[in-house]
Amino acid sequence: MDYEIIVVGGGHAGCEASLASARKGHKTLLITGNIQNIADMPCNPSIGGSAKGIVVREIDALGGEMGRNADKSLLQIKMLNNAKGPAVQALRCQADKITYPKEMLKTLKNTKNLDIMEDLVKELIVENNKVKGVLLESGSKIYASCVILTTGTYMKADILVGSKRTRQGPHGEKPSNYLSDNLAQLGFKIIRLKTGTPQRIEKASINYTNLKLEPGDDKYYTFSFDNKIYYDKDKQVPCYLTYTTPKTHEIIKENLHKASMYGGLDDIKGIGPRYCPSIEDKVVRFSDKERHQLFLEPESIYYDDIYVQGFSTSMPHDIQEQMVHSLPGLETAKILKYAYAIEYDAIYPTQLKQSLETKKIENLFTAGQINGTSGYEEAACQGLMAGINASLKLEGKEPLILKRNEAYIGVLIDDLVTKGIRDPYRLLTSRAEYRLLLRSDNADLRLSEIGYKLGLLSEERYEKLNKKKMQIKNLYDYLKTTKITPKKETNDILEKIHTSPIKDGIKLYDLLKRPEVSIDKIKLFTPLDYDDEILEQVDINIKYEGYIKKAEEEAMKMLTYENKPIPEDIDYYKIHNLASEAKQKLTEVKPTSLGQALRISGVNPADISILSIYLKKEYHK
Amino acid sequence: MDDTIVAISTSLGVGAISIIRVSGKDAINIVNKVFTKNLLNQESHTIHYGHIIENKQMIDEVLVTIMKSPKTFTTEDTVEINCHGGIAVTNKVLEILLNNGCRLAEPGEFTKRAYLNGRIDLIEADGIMDMINAKSEKALKLAVNTMNGSLSKKIKDLRDLISDILVNISVNIDYPEYDDTPKITNDIILPKIKEVENNIKNLIDESQNGKIIKEGIDTVIIGKPNVGKSSLLNALLEENKAIVTDIPGTTRDIVEGIISIDGIHLNIIDTAGIRKTEDIVESIGVEKSFEYIDKADLVIYLLNNNEALDKEDKEILDKIKDKNYIIGINKMDLDNNLDINLLEKEKIVKLSIKENKGLSDLKNKIKVMYNTSSIDLGDFTYISNAENVSTLKNCLNKVNDIKLGIERFLPIDMIEIDIKSLWNLLGKITGDTYQDELIDKMFSKFCLGK
Repeated sequence: MDYEIIVVGGGHAGCEASLASARKGHKTLLITGNIQNIADMPCNPSIGGSAKGIVVREIDALGGEMGRNADKSLLQIKMLNNAKGPAVQALRCQADKITYPKEMLKTLKNTKNLDIMEDLVKELIVENNKVKGVLLESGSKIYASCVILTTGTYMKADILVGSKRTRQGPHGEKPSNYLSDNLAQLGFKIIRLKTGTPQRIEKASINYTNLKLEPGDDKYYTFSFDNKIYYDKDKQVPCYLTYTTPKTHEIIKENLHKASMYGGLDDIKGIGPRYCPSIEDKVVRFSDKERHQLFLEPESIYYDDIYVQGFSTSMPHDIQEQMVHSLPGLETAKILKYAYAIEYDAIYPTQLKQSLETKKIENLFTAGQINGTSGYEEAACQGLMAGINASLKLEGKEPLILKRNEAYIGVLIDDLVTKGIRDPYRLLTSRAEYRLLLRSDNADLRLSEIGYKLGLLSEERYEKLNKKKMQIKNLYDYLKTTKITPKKETNDILEKIHTSPIKDGIKLYDLLKRPEVSIDKIKLFTPLDYDDEILEQVDINIKYEGYIKKAEEEAMKMLTYENKPIPEDIDYYKIHNLASEAKQKLTEVKPTSLGQALRISGVNPADISILSIYLKKEYHK
Repeated sequence: MDDTIVAISTSLGVGAISIIRVSGKDAINIVNKVFTKNLLNQESHTIHYGHIIENKQMIDEVLVTIMKSPKTFTTEDTVEINCHGGIAVTNKVLEILLNNGCRLAEPGEFTKRAYLNGRIDLIEADGIMDMINAKSEKALKLAVNTMNGSLSKKIKDLRDLISDILVNISVNIDYPEYDDTPKITNDIILPKIKEVENNIKNLIDESQNGKIIKEGIDTVIIGKPNVGKSSLLNALLEENKAIVTDIPGTTRDIVEGIISIDGIHLNIIDTAGIRKTEDIVESIGVEKSFEYIDKADLVIYLLNNNEALDKEDKEILDKIKDKNYIIGINKMDLDNNLDINLLEKEKIVKLSIKENKGLSDLKNKIKVMYNTSSIDLGDFTYISNAENVSTLKNCLNKVNDIKLGIERFLPIDMIEIDIKSLWNLLGKITGDTYQDELIDKMFSKFCLGK
């Protein structure tokens, strides 16, 4: 045995997987096609966003790296949905595309138990449906107990531009030509997906005069609960906003047939993401829209590229030139890199367990785009979970499975392995039933305990967590027990802050329940010597107590089914009264609990009733 | 299995008494809330006489049997209510129980609980699974037939209205940087929610269950002079002890009388005083008949077995074919001159009012028509109606939560939580529970992405 765990691929999933495994003390090898591309950001230069920003914080709370690394490399940062409720707020930053990979590589290199090797994996070494290691394209074999595949878009990657199809990965990298065939031979269902990326423009060639400035927030934020600040909030790099014009639309419509996806190529199999349509898709599908927003985002302070968010296309280069020059501010812009679409192989995710181990091959785990997701954050969190669960498997322990009421990570993985996908999967707040419980502000309170017990979170962070918990409780209790009385000066203040005066004594807790009274206003009556994050927690917990309770009750209802396990060896075809669609779906997904079974489309409550009787009959005699 | 379930456990519509069974840890509590006598400290296996009440109104005179865990069929606390008021009233009692915290039992669920709680032998497990399978298939088939087409359409329209709001909120949350998508605010939501509220209220009123009990079915008996309209009405009324000839405060047409058939009320509309004018040779005329037909929920068209169809008859038959109607062929004791093949077979009831024949067939036909006693259709039709009404009332509670949230200026994403549960509740009625429906709609309606 050369290594305990091999991670194949050095993208965001691969980095988290190898770090988690090495930090848990397992001898780990990270194999990548090109060390220079480790933690590369081949698409948009940003981390976080709605729902995704919360995932980054969850990764941090569990002891992952993405949040910390984003903090080190951010160019600007915003709290999205600031004016809305606490449950939907999330951080989004522009991250420097040079600094981010550089910092990540530094961390990887400084991690004990972790080796990095440049090569491509040709095949898996499998014996008796158990993975034993990998065969490299260079011909050598490396043995390990567990293998984690995080190949991103590299399996049989094809770059599509106009009528040209080229077998290569992003940046012209060498793709992995053999691995997906090998996976198919091993019995995996392989699907073809597609995504795309817009042009990069030379910064100096853009005329910013008439473009709307999109600055960062005038406040300090960090993704990581380490709360280390690496930037100057007054020196954040701005983004700019521009729009497509009638001319742009005209060019697109006239040349539509030249786009790869509209006839330029006739062998497109990949299914593109609905939430990430190309500009030609937008123009065709929403023809009544006069213009589309485009964001000009800086990629780095070390080079000149500006990313044109919203303008991804598979048009040939000459048409792209025309399109770009039809945009306000970009009339004389110089295109440094052309937009392209990319097609790649992935495995259908219902072939995975909740732990991200494959059902077919023991000790083989997969994470990231290979599982049909899209997005750096979605990839990173799966990588982290695969790294954790491969380690736990080696240690002979139960896997870590986050429930839908515990983390967005749990929602994502459960969706993937239970429902499968139609197009590349992106996290959305609307996918979470218990959104109110899964907030950005409480990610540490939800998950740090788990991170600490896994050995991934430092002693220092754990102490910080416990202190925070205690302070929250103290403040809550204080507000619940402290009353103000209807004295004149009290009512004067109440009137001044536009809330009704009191006739009887009232607890500060009840005063804070008033929507118009924020916790800052409570300070007018009594000194509250607490950090902002403590005040924020208590404010949310009291103000939205009713809603939070409802969400918790709903979650409890779900858990009663979630806690009814289904044994792995069950044969659904032996339960003759089950509807045949249910038999087929249950056999495919192999749910681990009645709760998961209920979420499979095509399985109805009567099937669950029958199943629960069968389980009692067969397994609890 | 923590919740309390309820179901009507006798076949509906046959006997005079029907039994409603409630099982679960809150069974006694819930029934106690709607019963005139305190049931909380009663001995196990005792029977109590009293009334089921709602909003201080008496709904039915009942006998209630209390059976405490574990010596019951399900081993859980169980209450059985013997209702006397006919199908509609039984169904109303069921609805009240649903409103007070019971959940409608799934097919075979009592037996399933009995089994899971160890009350039934292991050997029987297969049989139970078969039964659940069979019952749920039947229920599924019936759900399609049962749901009144227009009710289902109305709910679907409501869900569409609500999902437009939800999808817009989702876009605002998930794509906050897109400033050209419309921003939904509480001000925009409020009128829409009020519209939803009114619609739900109307639905509750209109739902068969509500309507049958509260208002009855407006019925006209039409036909040529001397065909036997008044005899039929008198025969129907005669069996009914409670005759109301004038309903004060109502604005609708003068009602000749109310007939109750197993809890279904028929309001017989006075067609120019049919009882009085029978002897006068006077036709009310086709035009006049049309007017009555338009007003009625149910048309009973009387024909004479002794006479062939004429042009006037055909006009009326053509007019009523889109309504709920029954063709009564009277005077079966006379020679047949009427060509039955020209009529829709399923609508025909043969009568001889003079000889008191065929009246029960007529009543059965009405019961079948209003889904209340059809043995073939099983019990699901009616039960699902009670459940629907109860769900709709739950929807109104959600609407109130939403309005309260808006009043308190809560952030839109908090209010969205209640809007979404409202949408889910309505989906429960129409059986639309596809989870990614909103996400699909979002991407089809809005242009988003990098």
